Amino acid sequence: MSKPRTLYEKLWDSHVVRYLTDETALLYVDRHLLHEVSTPQSFVALDKRGCGVHRPAANLAVPDHAIPTRHRDQPIADPQARAQTARLVENVERYGIPFIPLNDIRQGIVHVMGPEQGFTLPGTTLACGDSHTSTHGAFGTLAFGVGASECGIVMAAQALVQRKARTMAVRIEGTLSPGVSAKDVALAFIAKVGINGAAGYAIEYLGPVVRGFSMEARMTLCNMAIEAGARVALVAPDDITFDWLKGRPMVPKGDLWDQAVSYWRSLPSDEAAVFDREVTLDAGGIAPHVTWGTSPEDTIAIDGMVPDPETIEDEQRRARLSRALDYMGLLPGRPIAGTPVDMVFIGSCTNGRLVDLEAAAEIVKGRKVAPHVQALVVPGSGLVKQAAEEKGLDRIFIDAGFEWREAGCSMCVAMNDDRLKPGQRCASTSNRNFEGRQGRGGRTHLLSPAMAAAAAITGTITDIRKLEVRS
Amino acid sequence: MSEPLVHVASQAISLPDPNVDTDIIFPARFLLKIDRDGMADCLFHDRRFDADGVERKDFPFNKADRQAAKFLVAGPGFGCGSSREQAVWALTDWGIRVVIAPDFGDIFSGNAAKNGLLLIRLDKERVAELAIKAERGAIFSADIPGRSFTVDNEEICRLDMNDEAAEAFMEGWEEIDIILNREREHVAAFEAVHRTRQPWLFAES
Ligand code: SF4
Repeated sequence: MSKPRTLYEKLWDSHVVRYLTDETALLYVDRHLLHEVSTPQSFVALDKRGCGVHRPAANLAVPDHAIPTRHRDQPIADPQARAQTARLVENVERYGIPFIPLNDIRQGIVHVMGPEQGFTLPGTTLACGDSHTSTHGAFGTLAFGVGASECGIVMAAQALVQRKARTMAVRIEGTLSPGVSAKDVALAFIAKVGINGAAGYAIEYLGPVVRGFSMEARMTLCNMAIEAGARVALVAPDDITFDWLKGRPMVPKGDLWDQAVSYWRSLPSDEAAVFDREVTLDAGGIAPHVTWGTSPEDTIAIDGMVPDPETIEDEQRRARLSRALDYMGLLPGRPIAGTPVDMVFIGSCTNGRLVDLEAAAEIVKGRKVAPHVQALVVPGSGLVKQAAEEKGLDRIFIDAGFEWREAGCSMCVAMNDDRLKPGQRCASTSNRNFEGRQGRGGRTHLLSPAMAAAAAITGTITDIRKLEVRS
Repeated sequence: MSEPLVHVASQAISLPDPNVDTDIIFPARFLLKIDRDGMADCLFHDRRFDADGVERKDFPFNKADRQAAKFLVAGPGFGCGSSREQAVWALTDWGIRVVIAPDFGDIFSGNAAKNGLLLIRLDKERVAELAIKAERGAIFSADIPGRSFTVDNEEICRLDMNDEAAEAFMEGWEEIDIILNREREHVAAFEAVHRTRQPWLFAES
């Protein structure tokens, strides 16, 4: 009998080309997702060396970050974004890399499009020049974000030097209460361990809640692991995974599908496997969450109070909290619920999938966006948009006063024209509330799609559970 | 090639805030640049300059006597958040060669290693002491061949790196070249075996 191993260890072991030191290895990378923002300099490195792309078919490129979500029938208005997108097209053509163009129905955020196309598969390693690559771990994929240099290395050599992570089991026990979603679990976890609390770890989410989660919910959970510092997050593949993947364009077919599934079934952590660290969350104790500050760890339950820096002993932490409150324009000791918002953003690789739009639409149906609020829905991909329209969700949103946009990162990163003005406050289903993230001086509150919908309707940050009771 | 780093000495900048993320180090809107020019101008842009583009005199990077600093003493979680390598390019382009902090964002540390930016991890208390010394204008010094890190000639710690890593710093080698030169056959041999274990990954190529 070989030593019991965790899912992470199985994925790691099966991709080690060779160890370089005790802790670092050259790791084979099966797949690479590219977007326009993180790769221009990577291609310059390839051009300079004349080294070519090792296996073009192992790559898939799509524009998503800098592109506008309106007027797709016209050239991109912003000259820099236009040049960056054009550069991606030139680069992928020169190197023969598979590409999904802007006006293709499959276009979308890398972390929505990749799984949708079946480019993301269990048992593989996947890299992308984006920190939320952990999303793909929902499939039992060893997926991690890399910088531009590493994007170049993967393309040229199909391998990367990586340090083996320690393993952290995050067990979510019990049952979630109504109105509480994967986003709330993700936020509650970050609040518990802190923004860099899982740095150096590969997380595996375990327990009945995760097993019952849809693939979309698992992706939401894995997506935000990086907000706790973990570059890698995993959920063991199971029948839910296989059913979700089967028949997608890039998954194996016929005999190869059967072979693949039987291999994938061997991946879950062995029962006796030991993790370096274990964290348990009681699902029943998780309320809908919302961030009040400028770090995803600045999270409280919706019925909580904005914290008071005076109660914090550590001087640096106290200073950071004061700065965050000041930036956010909030007073300590007040309830977070009832805080008025100017903008609502539903979308991103965290919550831009069909189930997320459905959850929001359920709240929005038959109601109107508060008059002073601008509300956007930006589907995670063209296919998400299409599926939502087939279900009539676009009508629900538009009738309520939402804007219904084309797919992209949009106001998650504010590289296009969807951005907050200084001082504007936004209820956002994205993943980062950093200073300036949604536009210089913009104030972001992270929350779930249902909570964002509730904020749009009431014009304030609202406890979704109370809204449901009233209706 | 990244700029070789053998021996470096200067005063240090102190930026003790915890969780300085890469959006603060390099705001996203500047990611629209497609080359690596002018990175230093974007470094900490929204902290260095007010909304009208006027320099904020109190921001540590704007202090007149720190314009030649090559060391940064930072708080915990420095470089957390986005994977943008521009955060590292902007620091090195500005002139920073060494960052000392209790811990760093994972992806940021990977990016630093590829660009000759030396990261030194010390426990919180020691970093706090160094921050005070940095404020007072102490001379920080790092020596890669001797693996030493000193402040005002007092050794703070040994640099934890093997010969290969040291050589990469001193020669300014980039990892892509090391891998392409030394590892190609290893990758090819691995790939041949991998193809038999997960043939479905190679079906289309
Ligand atoms: S939606 Fe936001 S977090 Fe996700 S890939 Fe785009 S910019 Fe990054």
